[in-house]
Amino acid sequence: MPSAKLWLALQDLWAGTRAIHVWPMLGWLEVKQRYRRSTIGPFWLTLSTAAMVAGMGPLYSKLFGQPVSGYFTYLAVSLVLWTFVSALVNEACTTFINAEGYIKQVRLPLTVHVLRVVWKNLIILGHNAVIVVVALFFFGPGLDWHVVLVPLGVLLIAVNGVWLGILLGLVCARFRDIPQIVASLMQVAMFLTPVFWPAEMLGRNRWAAEVNPLFHFLEIVRRPLLGQSPDALSWAAALAVTAGGYLVTLAFFQRYRARIAYWV
Amino acid sequence: MARIRAHGLVVEFPIYGASGRSLKNAVMRAATGGLLAKDASERIVVRALNGVSFELREGDRVGLVGHNGSGKTTLLRVLAGAYEPVAGTIEIEGRVASMLSISLGMDPEATGHENIFLRAAIMGMRPHEIAPLIEEIREFSELGDYIHMPLRTYSSGMAMRLAFAISTCVTADIILMDEWLSVGDAGFAKKAQERLARVLDRAKIMVLASHNEELIRDNCNRVIRLDHGEIIAVEDLGAQAAALRPMMPVPAAAT
Repeated sequence: MPSAKLWLALQDLWAGTRAIHVWPMLGWLEVKQRYRRSTIGPFWLTLSTAAMVAGMGPLYSKLFGQPVSGYFTYLAVSLVLWTFVSALVNEACTTFINAEGYIKQVRLPLTVHVLRVVWKNLIILGHNAVIVVVALFFFGPGLDWHVVLVPLGVLLIAVNGVWLGILLGLVCARFRDIPQIVASLMQVAMFLTPVFWPAEMLGRNRWAAEVNPLFHFLEIVRRPLLGQSPDALSWAAALAVTAGGYLVTLAFFQRYRARIAYWV
Repeated sequence: MARIRAHGLVVEFPIYGASGRSLKNAVMRAATGGLLAKDASERIVVRALNGVSFELREGDRVGLVGHNGSGKTTLLRVLAGAYEPVAGTIEIEGRVASMLSISLGMDPEATGHENIFLRAAIMGMRPHEIAPLIEEIREFSELGDYIHMPLRTYSSGMAMRLAFAISTCVTADIILMDEWLSVGDAGFAKKAQERLARVLDRAKIMVLASHNEELIRDNCNRVIRLDHGEIIAVEDLGAQAAALRPMMPVPAAAT
């Protein structure tokens, strides 16, 4: 009965999302755990990103022929967002593998483990946001009302992190080579996606950025922070990927949800 | 109302990277372990449970016995809801408390206090259910002010006492145990056994997997014997308890 399986998959998603006494705590403890005995804690990651921005900013603005102050803000926003997006993709692969102990012993909705990962990365993004605030303060540009789109964009990325965590988590639990493949692809994607260089530099070849869904997810948050008006194409693409992602994920999740406990 | 009804449970573990048929034949009927078989897509699978059916009602204290690999733990995990059977159905009425691994999810860097909430969440308790029990847990586990220290600073005895105290503060209709829980030095062990007995008294159904026949005779009123993932006998203890004894000698002294 395929409809019964779909129902169970949806129930897992719903019950997992509602378990707000579980995944926020697990995600938060993971952040705390990683940095428990260091003084500045998760801000170490912030510092390393900041060092990258400060180091690369002057050099790459020359390389790409961009005005320094504008490029600084661009690079800061891009790197912080990329760190978030790539962590979501990479950690999606190990979502269920890392939760093996829980999955084999207790009945928890699988979605709990996915939300834990997404929540943890949202907390880290919150720390890294300091860099963006500093860059905006010193290098501008001033912000207009479009900035209300920033939290919406971040939320949409996080919502995509959920289906990605289920889909990649499931596939990677079965095929253990996939995490390595994904990690390599994300490495390449960092250079192919306009992170260090603005898409405008492509000129007539801008399509090379626009066929890349990662570009659109960066853009929906990045443009309002850079004082640019939102791009309807990017929002449309991001929403389309969201819808498509959930459809594909549900197809896999309903089929293989019960198998995950045997795979991890 | 508590009830467990299992019908034709089959649980198979796929073995990935097992090298084909020759291995399969060699270990086809090993002395221990589940049946090795192949599923529809020619993968090698271990059939840990093979058509297991039973019904448990209120008042049942069930002992699961069998060799290593006979399917006891797998069956407990199915009852806990972790594994969904490949075939067959399982109906469970009532709240299940799994004491299969009582320190699962505890975080060495988190404080004892934080770990109470963590364990509670994993056991399916809400913060408002566990909060009123914290003082009692602290007292029972004899941790004192250590409750506010990270778990990694605890001795292993302290950590076990805390895990035990949290796991036994649940009220559940159905309690699952893999081997009898026992913790601590002589003084604490006695206290712990009394507490465990109270929890079990409140529960309507208990399922205990153990190698210790004596323990099972003392605490259970039914025995399910598993071998190679199948039920080979169901016995009602009580009057015939003595008759059961010669069938299987007590393997080791009670711990």
